[in-house]
Amino acid sequence: MENWSLFSLCVLLGLTSRWAVSFHSYSGAGKPPMFGDYEAQRHWQEVTYNLPVHEWYFNTTNNDLNYWGLDYPPLTAYHSLVCAYVAKLLNPEWVELHASRGYESHSHKLFMRATVLFTDILIYIPAVLLYCFYFCDGSSKQKVATALCILLYPGLILIDYGHFQYNSVSLGLALWGILGLGLGWDLFGSLAFTLALNYKQMELYHSLPFFCYLLGKCIKQGLTGRGFFQLAKISLTVLVTFALCWMPFLSDPKQPLQVLHRLFPFGRGLFEDKVANTWCSLNVLIKIKTLLSRETQLFLSFALTLLFILPSSLKLLSKPNLWQFKLALVNSSLAFFLFSFQVHEKSILLAALLMFFLFVFFHSMLPLLVKDGLLLPYVVTSLAFLFLSLYLLSHLTRTNEPLFWYFPFHFWFSLVAMAVLSFTSVWLEPPAKFPDLFPVLVSILSFLHFLGFIIYFNLVQLMEPQRKKSQKKTN
Amino acid sequence: TVMAAPMTNDQSWFYALALGVSFLKCLLINAYHSTDFEVHRNWLALTHSLPVSQWYYEATSEWTLDYPPLFAWFEYGLSHIACFFDKEMLVVPNLNYASPATVLFQRLSVIVADVVFFYAVKECCKCLREDKGKDLLGKPSFILTGLLLWNFGLLIVDHIHFQYNGFLFGVLLLSIARHCQNRHFEGAFLFSVLLNLKHIYLYIAPAYGIYLLRCFCFTQSNAVLVTLGTIVLSTFAVSFGPFIGQLPQVLSRLFPFKRGLCHAYWAPNIWALYNIADKAFSILGVKFRLLDINKLPKASMTGGLVQEFQHSVLPSVSPLATLVCTLLSILPALFKIWHRPNGARGFLRCLVICALGSFMFGWHVHEKAILMAILPLSLLAVDSRKDAGIFLMLSVTGHYSLFPLLFTTQELPIKIFLMLLFTIFSLASLKTLFRKGGALLNPLEVTYLLGLIPLELICEFVYPLTVWQKTFPFLPLMLTSVYCALGVTYAFIRLYNSLLTCSDTTKKTKMQ
Repeated sequence: MENWSLFSLCVLLGLTSRWAVSFHSYSGAGKPPMFGDYEAQRHWQEVTYNLPVHEWYFNTTNNDLNYWGLDYPPLTAYHSLVCAYVAKLLNPEWVELHASRGYESHSHKLFMRATVLFTDILIYIPAVLLYCFYFCDGSSKQKVATALCILLYPGLILIDYGHFQYNSVSLGLALWGILGLGLGWDLFGSLAFTLALNYKQMELYHSLPFFCYLLGKCIKQGLTGRGFFQLAKISLTVLVTFALCWMPFLSDPKQPLQVLHRLFPFGRGLFEDKVANTWCSLNVLIKIKTLLSRETQLFLSFALTLLFILPSSLKLLSKPNLWQFKLALVNSSLAFFLFSFQVHEKSILLAALLMFFLFVFFHSMLPLLVKDGLLLPYVVTSLAFLFLSLYLLSHLTRTNEPLFWYFPFHFWFSLVAMAVLSFTSVWLEPPAKFPDLFPVLVSILSFLHFLGFIIYFNLVQLMEPQRKKSQKKTN
Repeated sequence: TVMAAPMTNDQSWFYALALGVSFLKCLLINAYHSTDFEVHRNWLALTHSLPVSQWYYEATSEWTLDYPPLFAWFEYGLSHIACFFDKEMLVVPNLNYASPATVLFQRLSVIVADVVFFYAVKECCKCLREDKGKDLLGKPSFILTGLLLWNFGLLIVDHIHFQYNGFLFGVLLLSIARHCQNRHFEGAFLFSVLLNLKHIYLYIAPAYGIYLLRCFCFTQSNAVLVTLGTIVLSTFAVSFGPFIGQLPQVLSRLFPFKRGLCHAYWAPNIWALYNIADKAFSILGVKFRLLDINKLPKASMTGGLVQEFQHSVLPSVSPLATLVCTLLSILPALFKIWHRPNGARGFLRCLVICALGSFMFGWHVHEKAILMAILPLSLLAVDSRKDAGIFLMLSVTGHYSLFPLLFTTQELPIKIFLMLLFTIFSLASLKTLFRKGGALLNPLEVTYLLGLIPLELICEFVYPLTVWQKTFPFLPLMLTSVYCALGVTYAFIRLYNSLLTCSDTTKKTKMQ
C-alpha cells in the first residue's frame, strides 16, 4: 500500500481514539465548588474575553486568582481569548463574567473537546507525521509504525481529551522546534520552540538542550566568523518572539513581574499531590517537606536538577549533533521532572515525547485518571498501546527469537508490577492507617523507573556505545 | 522489503487486527445508542422474568419480541449473565432503564458475541487463494480480514447504534465458508440456525435453496436430500417447538405487514427513486396545470411508526407488488445458478444478488440491510478485479447511506473518521491487490463517489444553518436516500451483468 494511505490510516486511527476518549468524563466533572482543569480552561476564556489585558494576571474584584487564576504564559491566554470569541458566537452563556462559573452542559463539552481536536490537527499531528517521515531511519513501514505508536500514545490522549488540557499545542510546537533544528532551519526551530515556551513554561525542561545544541553548533562554526552571525540571528529571533508575545505586558514593569510570579509559584512548596519524583518519594522516608525550610528546599532542588542536567548538556555542547540532541532532551526533561520544584504529574509528558517506551509514564498517572473517572479509557488505551507497540516492535526488528526473550526480565517484571498495582489501586481498599497507600506506591514505582531511565540515558549519551542498527530505538 | 516475520508469527496479524478493533469498540461504549438498546434490554427482561408461553404475547413495552425463537433463547442466556451487572435491567416495567452497568453489560455482550464473527472471518480466509511470499499488506487474506473486521457499517450499527449483527453475520459467513470447504451439511445447518435467529435472512434463502438442490441433491443419492431435509426441519422444530401452540401469534410478530412501504428514512432502494419520481411528477403536473392540486391524495411520506402513504401520480405500491418485483429481480440469477452452477463462487454471487434484489424491491426495508450484500461481496472483491470495483461502489455508497442513523453532533467526527478510514483502506488495499490491469473505478464512478463529499457538507453542515431546516427538515434525508439509491442500483445492475456474462471458468476458480 502506498505511503500516503498508510499515514492517513494512522492519522485517522489516532483521531478516532482521541474523539472516542473525549466521550468520557473530564477533570472535575460535576464537582463543585472548584471543579477541575476543564473549568479552569473555561474560566480563562471568560477572564480573557471580558477583562482588559492588564487585569488578566492580577487579583482584582473581577478576577479572583484563587479560583483558577491564569498560571500559564501569555500565549495560552491568547489562545483562550480566541476560543472565547468562538464560544461567544455559539452561546454567550459559556463565557459570561461571573455568571458562567461552573457551567456544564453537553454542548459546551462538545465545544471544548472540539477546540482540543482542532489545535491537535493543526499543530501536533502534522509535526508527528513530518518527524516520522524525515527523522526516523528504517523502511517506510517502520516509519508508519512509529507514527502509529506516537499518535496512539495514551498519555497525551487521556490528558488532553479526558482530563482536559492543551498539551498537544506546546508539545507540538516543541516538536516543530526539534524538526526545525533537525532540518537545519535553526531560526524556524528557535521560533517554534520559543512559542512553545510561551505557551507552557514546562517547556523549560527542554530549553537547556536547545540552548546547548544551538550554542555548540555556533561555536563549531567559529565564534569569530559565521558562527557569531548565526548566534546573533538566533538570539534576535528568540528575543523578538518573546517581545511579540509579551508585548501587552511590557508597558508597565509590574506586569511582567506579576506574570512571572504566577508562572513560577515558589510559594506552593516542594510538591503537591502524589508525583513520581524524588521529593515525593523521599518524603515517604524522611519528611522533607516539614524538615527543611522553604529556601533550603528551593536550593536543594535547584542544585540537584543542575547536577543531573550538567553532564548531558556539556556533552551536547561539545558535540552538537542530532543524536546527542535527542538524548539530551530526554535527560534534561527527566532531570527537571525528578528534581525540580513544584512538579505536576503532567510534566512528565515532556520527557515522554521522546521516549520509546512511554508506558511507565502513563501508568504513573493512574491515580489522577481514576480520580477523573477515566478508568475505562485508561485500561483500554494502555492495553492497546502496549500490545500494539510490542507487536510492531517484534515484527519490525529482524529477530527470530520469541518476543519473550528479547526484552530483559526486568521489563516484564515492571509490566507485571504495574498491572498488579493498577488492579489493586482500583479494586482494593487501602488500609485505614495509610489511605494514600496506592497512589504513593504508584509514584514510588514510577520514580524508580524514571531514575533508572535517567541513569541509563545519561550513560548512553555520555559514553556513546557502538550504535548498531539499533533495535531499541530512542526516537 | 519483505518483512522478516518468523513463521510462528504467520497468523499474529489476524489477532492484532481483531484485538485492535475490539479495543476501538470498547472505547465506543459511552457513545450514543439508539432505541434498539432499549429493545434488547426489554427482551432480556421479558425472557428472564416471564415464562416461555408469554414471550410473544408480552406487550408492556412498545418494542415487542419480533425475532425468531432462537434469538429469544440467546437473550435468555444473556440475561443470566446480566444478573451480575445490574438486576434492575431485568425488570420488565423498567422502561428505558439505562444505568452505566446496563450499558456496560449490553455493549460488552455485543463485543464478546463478535468472537463468532472473528472465527467466521478466519475460516473464510482459508478459502482464499494465497500467493506465497507476498508482502503482508498485499495478501488477500489480510485485506479480507481488514474489510470484514473493520467494516464501517458493522462498527457503527453494532457498536454505536446497537445491534447484534456481528454475531449473526458471523454465522452467515461461517455457513458460506463451510460451503466453500464442501462441508455442505454444516453449511445448511448453520443457515437454518441463522434463519431462526433473525428471519431477515429469508432474503437470501432462495440462493441457498437452489444451490443446494442443484449442486448437491440431484447429483448424489436421495439419502443426501433426506439428510438435508432432516437437518433443516429439526432445526426449525427445536426452535419453534415450544411455541407450536402460539404459532399464529409468533408469525404475526415476525411479519408485521402493517408498516408502510418505506421507513421514516427511506432506504436507498428503488422505492426511494419511485417516491421521488412521484413527487416530481406531481409538482410538475401541478405546475403545468395537468393535474388539479385538490384532487391529489396527500402524500405523507415521513413521520410516525407506521407510514401508510399514497402516491400522487404513480400507482400505489402494495406488499404483494413488492414481493412480485423482488422475485422477478432475483429469478434470472437463480436460473443461472440452476443452469450453470459455478461452484461456491457462483453461489456467493447469487447470494449477494438475492440480498441486493430484496433490498432494492422489498417492503419496509431498513437501510441497515445493505450490509447483507456488502459483507459477502467482500469475499468476492478480493478475488476478482471486476468484483472489487463493484464492491467499492456498493460499500462506499451503502456505508454513506448509514450516516443518518447517527444524527448526534457528538458522533459526527467518529462517523466521518471511521468512514474515511474504511474507504481509504479498501481503496488502497484493493488497488494494490489488482494493480495490474488498470484502474478499478472508471472516471464516472469516481466522480459519483466524490460527489458524496459535497452531499455530506450540504446535508450536515450547510443545510442546518439555512431557513429551510425548519420548513423542510427531511430534505437532507431525502437527498441522501436518492443519491445513494442511484449508486446501489448501479451496483446491482453491474453485479447482474457480471453474473450473466461470466462463463464457466472452472480452471480459475479454486472454490469448487
